[in-house]
Amino acid sequence: MKNLVILGAGTAGTMMLNKMDAMLDSSQWQITIVDQFETHYYQPGFLFIPFGIYSRKDVIKPKRDFFPSGTNVVMSEIDRIEPEQNRVLLKNNVVLNYDLLIVATGAKVAPGEIEGMQEDLWYKNIFDFYTIEGACALGEFFRHWEGGKLVLNVAEMPIKCPVAPLEFVFLADWWFTEQGIRDKVDIHYVTPLPGAFTKPRASGILGDFLDLKNIHLTSEFNISRVDNEEKKIVSWDETEVPFDVLVTIPTNMGDAAIERSGMGDELNFIPTDKHTLQSEAHENIFVIGDATNLPSSKAGSVAHFQADILAENLMSFIEGRPLRGKFDGHANCFIESGFGKGILIDFNYDTEPLPGKFPLPGVGPFSLLEETEMNHYGKIMFRWMYWNFLLRGKELPIESHMSMAGKRM
Amino acid sequence: METRELAGAAIAFDEDGHMANRQEWNENVALALAKEEGIDELNDRHWIVLNFMRKVFDEMGDAPSIRKLTKESGVNTKELYQLFPKGPAKKAAKIAGLPKPKGCI
Repeated sequence: MKNLVILGAGTAGTMMLNKMDAMLDSSQWQITIVDQFETHYYQPGFLFIPFGIYSRKDVIKPKRDFFPSGTNVVMSEIDRIEPEQNRVLLKNNVVLNYDLLIVATGAKVAPGEIEGMQEDLWYKNIFDFYTIEGACALGEFFRHWEGGKLVLNVAEMPIKCPVAPLEFVFLADWWFTEQGIRDKVDIHYVTPLPGAFTKPRASGILGDFLDLKNIHLTSEFNISRVDNEEKKIVSWDETEVPFDVLVTIPTNMGDAAIERSGMGDELNFIPTDKHTLQSEAHENIFVIGDATNLPSSKAGSVAHFQADILAENLMSFIEGRPLRGKFDGHANCFIESGFGKGILIDFNYDTEPLPGKFPLPGVGPFSLLEETEMNHYGKIMFRWMYWNFLLRGKELPIESHMSMAGKRM
Repeated sequence: METRELAGAAIAFDEDGHMANRQEWNENVALALAKEEGIDELNDRHWIVLNFMRKVFDEMGDAPSIRKLTKESGVNTKELYQLFPKGPAKKAAKIAGLPKPKGCI
């Protein structure tokens, strides 16, 4: 009996579990999945919690609901991987030997990386929304807030879902309008990037949306510290931005177990072949989703496109064939833009987001880089698709590789 | 790909505006590139960073991130931003004649 071990039962790990369970012969392979938490969070839903659109119960389900029967489930924190010994040591003292390892340990926010972030004002006037705790605390704060300076700051790249901070300020514009206090709320988007987004054409178009919605943009701002007394953020070159409420996207880092294993870069992301998803250092270790150091977006849609490629490459690896599956960096993001509308972008390593139409059999087409109601429904529909299709490793009607159909050059 | 004259030589640039051929780089070219980035002279501290960048690139095939610079170059984050305002990792890579760091997305 051979062992496939999957570390992490988040979006990427759960998808891989379901795909490999369907593809591998259960008389030859035992699949084991490791995670320390029983609850699966629908992370794209965190964005909606501060505005009261979703609550905690809308974004959680038990992880075990998505595991196929016959899976060996181990609930424990990971101590470290010992790649030379082909084994994983867990904090509960269990040792797992593997023939093949999939690392899907994800990324999480590390507010402690920024001086002053987690001091007096933390969860009083400073919040994140990339955790369930932060999103709920911010929702509570907004319900009683009467207005002032709302600053959203992205600390450093890369971050999970690079469009979520933009969606946040678009939704804030809509929500404070609905509350009747938009004239009392000054919304300010502060980013280390040269513009609103990572890719030039989308950055220009999304930057225009910020203008239209009267949201101020400060670019090339690299935060060095938070001044809790004077309520301001200060950059490394001493630019200051005052706030009444700071919504931070802190530094994102890979799991501490990756650091303990000596397998990560400075941010604990694992050097990974950007096409085959094989780890650069060990041929029987593959990496998927946010845990990689790939120059693609860290997002569920990206992990989904990677999952098809990775499943194909794992089967080739097991059978001693060359790895033919080539991930192209495909990402597909519905950007919620407020007032019941959304914007869709679709891109990969080589092609930046372009305007045009996005064909989708049976439902589409959706408009690319334009604000439409249809795109908003795409976003809302996605949660249902996530729980019922995506996590269970079922086919979605979207190709893993990006298509140029409908895009305007 | 475009070619333009810099420090008396024809230099090729890639689509990110970084030098396309490392062998065309020398200290005079570095100074000319620095001026284009608004840095008027390159002192010893600049050169510590630039030489570190080139060494890491030779070893790893990619220019180091800001975090790696802070950890290993001997120059702290605050000073890195004073030496190369706005984006130290990207600017220093450009002046060192290296391609845009892969982590810079």
